[in-house]
Amino acid sequence: MTIDMSQFYQVFFDEADELLAEMEKLLLALDVSAPDSEDLNAIFRAAHSIKGGAATFAFNDITEVTHMLESLLDRIRKGEMALTPEHVEAFLVSKDILTMQMDGHHHGSSVDQDAVASVCLRLKALSQGIADAPAAVASPAPAAAPESASAAPVADADGNCVFRIELPEVPQRDVDALAAELGLLGTIGQESLADKRVVFTLTTPESQDSIVAICSFVLDPDDLKITHGGAEGSQSSGAPAGLPLTGAAQAGAAEAKPAAEDPGYGIFEPEKTDAVSPPAVAAPVAEARNPGRRATDKEGAGQESSSIRVGIEKVDQLINLVGELVITQAMIEQRIGVLDPIQYERLLNSVGQLTRNTRDLQEAVMSIRMMPMDYVFSRFPRMVRDLAGKLGKKVDFVTRGAATELDKGLIERIVDPLTHLVRNSVDHGIEMPEKRRATGKSETGKLTLSAAHQGGNIVIEVSDDGGGLSRERILDKAKQQGLPVSDTMPDAEVWQLIFAPGFSTAEVVTDVSGRGVGMDVVKRNITAMGGIVDIRSVPGAGTTIAISLPLTLAILDGMSVRVGEEVYILPLGYVIESLQPAAADVKDIAGQGQVVKIREEYLPLIPLYQIFAIEPNFTDPAQGIVVILEADGKKAALLVDALVGQQQVVVKNLESNFRKVAGISGATILGDGGVSLILDVSALLRSSRQLNADPVFF
Amino acid sequence: MSYSTQTQAQTEAGEIAGKEFLAFTLGKEEYGIDILRVQEIRGYEPVTRIANAPDFIKGVVNLRGIIVPVVDMRIKLSLGSPTYDQFTVVIILSIAGRVVGMVVDSVSDVTTLSPEQVKPAPEMGTTFDSDYLIGLGTLNDRMLILVDIDKLMSSPEMGLIEKIAA
Repeated sequence: MTIDMSQFYQVFFDEADELLAEMEKLLLALDVSAPDSEDLNAIFRAAHSIKGGAATFAFNDITEVTHMLESLLDRIRKGEMALTPEHVEAFLVSKDILTMQMDGHHHGSSVDQDAVASVCLRLKALSQGIADAPAAVASPAPAAAPESASAAPVADADGNCVFRIELPEVPQRDVDALAAELGLLGTIGQESLADKRVVFTLTTPESQDSIVAICSFVLDPDDLKITHGGAEGSQSSGAPAGLPLTGAAQAGAAEAKPAAEDPGYGIFEPEKTDAVSPPAVAAPVAEARNPGRRATDKEGAGQESSSIRVGIEKVDQLINLVGELVITQAMIEQRIGVLDPIQYERLLNSVGQLTRNTRDLQEAVMSIRMMPMDYVFSRFPRMVRDLAGKLGKKVDFVTRGAATELDKGLIERIVDPLTHLVRNSVDHGIEMPEKRRATGKSETGKLTLSAAHQGGNIVIEVSDDGGGLSRERILDKAKQQGLPVSDTMPDAEVWQLIFAPGFSTAEVVTDVSGRGVGMDVVKRNITAMGGIVDIRSVPGAGTTIAISLPLTLAILDGMSVRVGEEVYILPLGYVIESLQPAAADVKDIAGQGQVVKIREEYLPLIPLYQIFAIEPNFTDPAQGIVVILEADGKKAALLVDALVGQQQVVVKNLESNFRKVAGISGATILGDGGVSLILDVSALLRSSRQLNADPVFF
Repeated sequence: MSYSTQTQAQTEAGEIAGKEFLAFTLGKEEYGIDILRVQEIRGYEPVTRIANAPDFIKGVVNLRGIIVPVVDMRIKLSLGSPTYDQFTVVIILSIAGRVVGMVVDSVSDVTTLSPEQVKPAPEMGTTFDSDYLIGLGTLNDRMLILVDIDKLMSSPEMGLIEKIAA
């Protein structure tokens, strides 16, 4: 089975871009003397999430850098090391490097490997406690400059180059932001041109690409003119002796690009007319030297138009409006139903067309939000395989319920937590083959990922048949960390401890897991979605982590049933069949409940009218209809008056303006604008068992 | 300094100008609620009943795609006769980010009451806990019972909002 992983790259790049931007924002806002631990945690989590994603897609270079970044952050976070401005500086540089690497994978632009190495060195040096190693930073930079030809700066003796950065017309706010950003690279000067545009003069050891990368947060790199100013002195030192042609071409590369693209901006030309004078020669050179950069620009533009990211609330609003439209349309249809079809033929035809269009529109709008879980699940087989290979474990990966549809908003947010959980299961859950053999299990561990609708929720489970959680180790670790625990805590509470920030029972911190950040993120993300995480673990038999998410906006195949005047929706997934039982098949039990004999099975009868205190049309099951339901492995027969129909409904949350109602999982809006309640089948079946004095707990 | 003095002056001016209240009737009594809590006023539409809910919670309706609970204040306060016809009015309130519909007998007008016109509510055994009252508003020969609708609707007594612990 091959999976085209590239379809998920875009998601990763989008996420990583957001995370990097977030990280930078936090870094810049960080108060070095008294850092907020929440901020540090947030930066750490961002780095961790990028690492996780990069590992999924086997972007090892990114994993490597983030791992080092994370190690350092972890020590600072734990208070083992004080935060210094050098740290912040190093983090920002590594953020730029990550952006560059990301671009390298995304658009195939060139990656400056020396800069990567220098950042790694610097991070390593810092985490080993050596103050700052300026040599390590400065020395590779000049070496890098000539090699990475695309940068084409002219370095002075200290490895610094002077760039002149000409901005297009942008608001003052952006100029200030840019000045602050660029100021981090080196010393910066600012002057204004006659037409109110701003020019920066930047002396920095960084490459031109870094400047473009920074500026592109604020403006389109195409509008930018970067030239290395102060050319007179530095040019001679920058062009290595014996290579005059290269020197000229480099100068040309910097100059010719903006000149060729935008002849209107000729402000700089007088300074370097000689270099630009043969533009026909210089331009191709620039082209050849800058292929990555060029491709990036074009591809970037193409990517933007193929997908847009919009706020989920806008989509929600759209869905609500379309829902209203459908109802209005249904009303019009009802009104014209009484008209004479011959006299009003054309009107009727038009309305018929409107009906079709509305339906198509509704489907299209709905499809914006709904996606199968497969979208998430299919990223894991590769990750599990790689991870298992790396750890020397044998893992059989199974997914179930990949067709379960989930709201896109939830799908996107469930990816990170699930990634962490799956990685954890492979790393900590499943044991090494030798150990498994020793405990009498098959060498190959089994990891199951499943999704299903259950009682008004979507339940996603990550389940392994590994060693299970160790109660003692968790309690020991919790005591070490000073968490309030006692030896008599129930298991469920002990398991919840692993969600505490910084909690990890793994002995060795690897790049796979063991920092305790994963579970913290998992819990946080899922709680933010209004869901809950439940852990079930049996020592020696495995661990199951169940994420239960509310069905805020899931589409449900529903069956509408009538009791008295009320219409309720039954989720079709629970319905096995419906029938009218013969009077002889209904038996009383001890004068309490009733059972119905269906296909040689006695099922408890749940009279819906009794539970909801409705005046029914029929109280005799032989006159009404019983719907056979199955949930959690239990069956029951629900007595209703009649079946109304079957339809797809949009689940609306009852709790947003009201509160949880027993036996009801949500509400939906019917075609006529009325509200219908969706029955919580699991809860109904549970209550029926209580009714029949069945043991509910086991 | 000058800024804060100015704001204070403005607030005082605002208080002198008074607050606006929406006046409605329940039986023979006239009530007033803060107009800023009122989202809209609609006619009564058939509701979907909620099983096992107290009888003053009529059920839920669809208000442009959102599900809104409707309470009948006449039943809650045992005032007037709960009849539902084309003249029955539902005041849609927006309270603490939640939307709630409230059935009343009729809506009369919007009045502005200055602080002097609002008298403290007397302590007495009413169907209404006086905690939920702002006071009594006097307007010529009319008397408005001013209700702290935020407090009332979020009170456990109404059971509209689940307890925070849950």
